[in-house]
Amino acid sequence: MACFLVPAAEAVITTVAAKAMKSKEKEEMVKVSFADGTFADAEKMKFSTKLGWLNKLLWGGSALLAFEHVWHGEVVPFFPFLTAVKTGETAEMLAEMCSAGVMMAALITAVWVGMLVVSSAIEKRALHVPKLTKEGA
Amino acid sequence: MTLLTTVFAAIIATIIWYSSAPKSEMKVGALCWMYWGASMMWLVDAIFEYAELGAEFFAPAPADMLNDFYLGLSVVAFGLVIWLVILLVKDPKGVVKEALFKKK
Repeated sequence: MACFLVPAAEAVITTVAAKAMKSKEKEEMVKVSFADGTFADAEKMKFSTKLGWLNKLLWGGSALLAFEHVWHGEVVPFFPFLTAVKTGETAEMLAEMCSAGVMMAALITAVWVGMLVVSSAIEKRALHVPKLTKEGA
Repeated sequence: MTLLTTVFAAIIATIIWYSSAPKSEMKVGALCWMYWGASMMWLVDAIFEYAELGAEFFAPAPADMLNDFYLGLSVVAFGLVIWLVILLVKDPKGVVKEALFKKK
């Protein structure tokens, strides 16, 4: 009915948050080991960039789902835009948004959190830690 | 069927993105995010439908399957159109810019 509106609303919030964060973040340089065995200074990915992943997932998914809703006649290009509102099924629509819509937003956010964990593990593995020489050796 | 079509589109887009990484001149990453986002949303839809229909969910009528596949292909095409607009607006290769301004 209009489940995609929940992830779309989350996308608005995360986009604003990412923009606000981007202006405050500073560059962080680290020494990283690359696949070819070389070491070099590299800029660590900012959190706002990672938040951008969530934005893209939410916006992209919402756009394609909006298309599907237009296909099924659940969204129309004229007021009130939602067929359920026009036919007096607002309660059902809100119930669907609270169940399927919230689940969609939660699943995408959970997957993004998983991506953060994996990327953090990869970053830690790539960080170059200079080997300490044994004293007296 | 719509979910399956979008998942395949997401997998293909991800393979193309990975094979051309770390350069992202064609902005294929945008397609990956879009298709994966939609796939996850349709997965939730499918779970809710499965909870309602049970095993019947896996045996759709051929006409429904065809209609869903048609929708899936249309969604993929719509995603490609969005990607094309992003590509032309961001113009990472400067092709549009070069077409607009001729060097003297």
